[in-house]
Amino acid sequence: MNSVLGIILQRLGLGLLTLLVVSVLIFASVNALPGDFAEAILGQGATPEAVASIREDLGLNKNPFSRYFSWLGGVLTGDFGTSFAQANMSSFAGSDTGKGGIESVAAQIAPRFKNTLFLAGVAAAIAIPLALTLGILAALYRNSVYDRAVNVTTLSAISSPEFFLAYILILFLAFLNPILPSLSNIYDGMAFSERLQKTLLPALTLTLAVTAQLMRMTRAAIINLLASPYIEMARLKGISPMRVIVRHALPNALAPIINVVALNLAYLITGVVVIEVVFVYPGIGQLFVDSVKIRDIPVVQACCLLFAAAYILLNLIADIMSILSNPRLRHPK
Amino acid sequence: MSEQEILLSVKDLKIEGRSDETWNPIINGASFDLRKGEVLGMIGESGAGKSTVGLASMGFTRDGCRISGGSVVFDGIDLVTADAATKRSLLGKRIAYVAQSAAASFNPAHRIIDQHTEAPTQHGVYSKSESEEDAMDLYNRLRLPNPEEIGFRYPHQVSGGQLQRAMTAMAMSCRPDLIIFDEPTTALDVTTQIEVLASIRDIVEQFNTAAIYITHDLAVVAQMADRIKVLLRGDEVEESETRSMLSNPKEEYTKSLWAVRSFQRDLKAPVAINSTPVVSVQNVSAAYGKVPVLHDISFDIHPGRTVAVVGESGSGKSTAARCITGLLPPTKGVIQFDGENLPLDYRQRNRGQLRQAQMIYQMADTALNPRKKIGEIIGRPVEFYMGLKGAEKRKRVEQLLEQIELEPSQYIDRLPSELSGGQKQRVGIARSLAAEPKFIICDEVTSALDQLVAEGILRLLADLQDTLGLSYMFITHDLATVKSIADEVVVMKEGKVIEQGPKVEMFQPPHHPYTDLLLSSVPEMDPDWLTNLLDERGVDNIGDAASAKI
Amino acid sequence: MFPLEPTFFNIVVTLIGYGLALAGAGFLFRLVGRKVTNNKPYFRDMPGGVAIGFAIGAFAIAWVVYTYIQAQLAEGPAANKYFFFLVAVHGIIIFAVAAYIFRFLGRLIGTEGTKKAFRQMPVTAAFGIMIIVLYAIVSIFAGVIAPYGQEEIVGNANVVPGGDPAMGGDPAYLLGTDQIGRDILSRLIYGAQNTVGIAFVTTCLAFLIGTTFGFLAAVKGGWMDQICSRTVDALMAIPQLIFALLLMTIATAWAGTNNVLVMVYMVIIIAVLDSTRVFRLSRAVGINIVVMDYIEAAKLRGETLPYLIFKEILPNAYAPLLAEFGLRFCFVFLTIASLSFLGIGIKPPLADWGTMVRDLSGFLNYAQFLPLNAALPLMAAGAIALLTVGVNFLVDWMLHRSSGLKE
Repeated sequence: MNSVLGIILQRLGLGLLTLLVVSVLIFASVNALPGDFAEAILGQGATPEAVASIREDLGLNKNPFSRYFSWLGGVLTGDFGTSFAQANMSSFAGSDTGKGGIESVAAQIAPRFKNTLFLAGVAAAIAIPLALTLGILAALYRNSVYDRAVNVTTLSAISSPEFFLAYILILFLAFLNPILPSLSNIYDGMAFSERLQKTLLPALTLTLAVTAQLMRMTRAAIINLLASPYIEMARLKGISPMRVIVRHALPNALAPIINVVALNLAYLITGVVVIEVVFVYPGIGQLFVDSVKIRDIPVVQACCLLFAAAYILLNLIADIMSILSNPRLRHPK
Repeated sequence: MSEQEILLSVKDLKIEGRSDETWNPIINGASFDLRKGEVLGMIGESGAGKSTVGLASMGFTRDGCRISGGSVVFDGIDLVTADAATKRSLLGKRIAYVAQSAAASFNPAHRIIDQHTEAPTQHGVYSKSESEEDAMDLYNRLRLPNPEEIGFRYPHQVSGGQLQRAMTAMAMSCRPDLIIFDEPTTALDVTTQIEVLASIRDIVEQFNTAAIYITHDLAVVAQMADRIKVLLRGDEVEESETRSMLSNPKEEYTKSLWAVRSFQRDLKAPVAINSTPVVSVQNVSAAYGKVPVLHDISFDIHPGRTVAVVGESGSGKSTAARCITGLLPPTKGVIQFDGENLPLDYRQRNRGQLRQAQMIYQMADTALNPRKKIGEIIGRPVEFYMGLKGAEKRKRVEQLLEQIELEPSQYIDRLPSELSGGQKQRVGIARSLAAEPKFIICDEVTSALDQLVAEGILRLLADLQDTLGLSYMFITHDLATVKSIADEVVVMKEGKVIEQGPKVEMFQPPHHPYTDLLLSSVPEMDPDWLTNLLDERGVDNIGDAASAKI
Repeated sequence: MFPLEPTFFNIVVTLIGYGLALAGAGFLFRLVGRKVTNNKPYFRDMPGGVAIGFAIGAFAIAWVVYTYIQAQLAEGPAANKYFFFLVAVHGIIIFAVAAYIFRFLGRLIGTEGTKKAFRQMPVTAAFGIMIIVLYAIVSIFAGVIAPYGQEEIVGNANVVPGGDPAMGGDPAYLLGTDQIGRDILSRLIYGAQNTVGIAFVTTCLAFLIGTTFGFLAAVKGGWMDQICSRTVDALMAIPQLIFALLLMTIATAWAGTNNVLVMVYMVIIIAVLDSTRVFRLSRAVGINIVVMDYIEAAKLRGETLPYLIFKEILPNAYAPLLAEFGLRFCFVFLTIASLSFLGIGIKPPLADWGTMVRDLSGFLNYAQFLPLNAALPLMAAGAIALLTVGVNFLVDWMLHRSSGLKE
């Protein structure tokens, strides 16, 4: 077991290192902005005094290294800084640039992050069992009519942009047959069933995109597995088809399937951005896009880091799970 | 034996395979009968459909194949038309299968013993504990080390030869009436092969199990089978008792298979004492990264001679070749060419030095660029080393093609994929000849080829040596090849040279124990060879397996 | 489809009911099959799941036929409801027939090589080629085909599509005009040029970068491989769309009001981000080829690095690289479309499908009354989907064929 533990610790370390590199990348790209933050916040026509005061406030006079470390230190303690948009608003409102009345980035992101997790969770809850079932069936009855039909359908779903799928679902399920709401105005303190109902349409769109991908990967993994000689051996021992699948295929299929699932959950993260915008869903993706448009750097940085962290975490989980399910590593010589 | 009732009767079996959406015949009507306790050897070259027939004898076809006609009657049940449940009740219980690669055929997720007991418990033959006890007994009979314990390991924790025997035990788990052995020893080294062959033969005899033994190796089948059946490209050639088949083959094709073993080069005079070797390997050690693979090896190759380097997989014989070519610069030692030191790394050698030593590879498929025409492949070294262009180059290429006995006008514009395995290997030879070298390394050049084709390649290499005065370093694990072509032999094991000397001496005792073991383990055509060998080695006493050493 | 009020609960109950009915139908089908065919192996060995599958398939076909008949019978506002269903059914039929005809023609016309390829390909792949050819023609000759210029304000704003003056349309503008009076049909056609063209250029750039470094890493190995691979690992640790959005924030800040510069930056950013995947593939393909004995033979002959890459490796890498080009193109195309849908990247007044979808999406609300209006955003989105579907179908066949040859 020691070697497995060693490998997992190594992977964890590698994941942390990647995250660190990513944080440097994000920080460095933001520092490649022309001018500096202060000008960016106040825009043209700002008085030099105002610029200087904000500079002082944000610590822009320090060198990039110390700024990076203070930013990183802040991030580690949950402090992502102050949103420019909020700072801007308050300065227009005439109040000073102090912190009073201004929402921090963390406070802005937290509820939206929860919303996004809820959306992704609902999508995953539908997509994963559905895709695994369809994928395994397609692998078992490969080259059948069913397999071909599924192949064409999923390929089309993967190829379509998310907003196309979203609008088609809206068209049929919201406008032509008013079953679900087309806008997802979610707020705190909503009843769960209502929240679920309002989340269902964006979740279904995500499901459509993810299921197709997940199903195809599951199918490929299972077909690969069913071609292995030990499956043939099991069949030649006269074992019932059910037992061949459950006892011989499944233990070995776990690793590839977990891998495929984690990879597709990572894909969900990117997918939410467009879909949240389409459905005006108050999640982190929409906040990210809005902040990109108005160049609200602290929010962009924070969202980007959050997305990347989730992405790296899921890939890490995939990696570790497949190590754990590999008998060669679990039972070393 | 002939009075016993017929167990399996295959009549006019036809099998088709699907490619490009159409069904093409693979087997055009195979027929044979198998009596209880009888062993039928099925032999043929690669692609002759042996495995397909073997599986079809169990009523099973792989994906993309189907039985299109005929019948497979096992104990009164036609497996071609039987429903799935009936077939399942026979498979594993009364008909069992032993696959070529045990490492791939054991499920990596379960312990060996759990896979062993699966068939008996599922078919209701034994309980789990009965079957486990029986497994240990079988492991004992098959002379596996630690029979009490070995089953509780996972497949990847057990060596290939032991795993192959464990699979034979698994096939025996329900005491079936028939076992299909599909090339069970092909993936093993010769010294391991002996153990597995002996245990398979003994256990089949003990339980009076009928068997179909599929292999491409004539010598192996001669030890195992009562009767032999020869297949060629999906067609049956001939079938008869082992001894009469060996002594008196009837069909041309069978005769040609048997004749292969007869090629023998004339002996050459011993090397003159003061002769300068073409290639001299002196005290060479080498390592992959930090793992040492060669330990202080030395040997010489003299002009016009063939030195065979033999050893089992992992003995370092291919690594030695990589050191000579400079692909793996040695960590210690000297490589001389015509008495001069060569730079150890090939990148530091000049064109003249690179030209003098050429290489022919085992897999002709990967040795020729699939996107280049034969003319380009052979033409490149002609142009690169000799500076010939245009018509001169083409003339030289044609000349080379003639030397390897391929009609130039017909082959010069073909792609490698349009050639057979033997023809590809010939093109590989021509490419090395194009550099007009003094010395050629032949790395297992015949082991991927069918025996008849291999024979042709060996003859060609011998002729070229006589006319061009080439020196060969012949890397091989096949001692029959060594016997037919070598002048000197170098035996390697675990990165060391165990013994070396002229061929005549090497094939006569006394020798280093490993050389003896290696040389004696190569199967011979004599059907009594295995029995005699086991008598000599003193491990034939099956009942007293505990005393047998592994 | 729902005889009851379409509430959540009723839908679930209905679905369960349908499920049970289908399962029953499946088993009945198998039972009848066994009786009628006198227990032929096909029915005898048929698993229950397959039998139910047949029932589901039959039900789906029956439902489509039933709805189609309903749609043909419906009139007035009720017909609007079926408008999109009919478009979908007719669209699929028309494209399928066209693809069959296209494949048939491909088998008759052309060189021996192309004829053979057309004989082997499934109709989906033929569909893919047809779509690619169609898009290529439209994007190259957009200036000739389009009735008006893409930036030209031709008439009144918001002319209704359909060309029927009684309904508020204008036969001069078949698909109507947008909110500032530009012809939508022309903008759709020019969209092919802009969107497809930019995606194509980006993919080519990504390939240039990715394959160069990929093959270098494969052949040279060692530190070269380490540097390239670790850089790519770091770049790939951030989801691509997110990273692209982050970098676009900076790029737009640099470009200021210069729209052309924004697009140039976008092309470079997406190309660099996407080249990471090209790098991974070409490195893997390259390494598979480099271990071949013919490369060793060439190295031992003393050949130079350019000879090795261009004469020995590249000719063997064309097939996987071509397939990858298709996949990367789709990905780049979708990324650019998503960016412009989000309002970032390609800027007006250039016509672009992603932007058009966003600008016209409000029309979707009129689906019940003005289906043609509601179809406008879907046309732009569908134009994107159609091309990626086509390319993916073709690539799928190519990958299937190359894997089939290996087995």
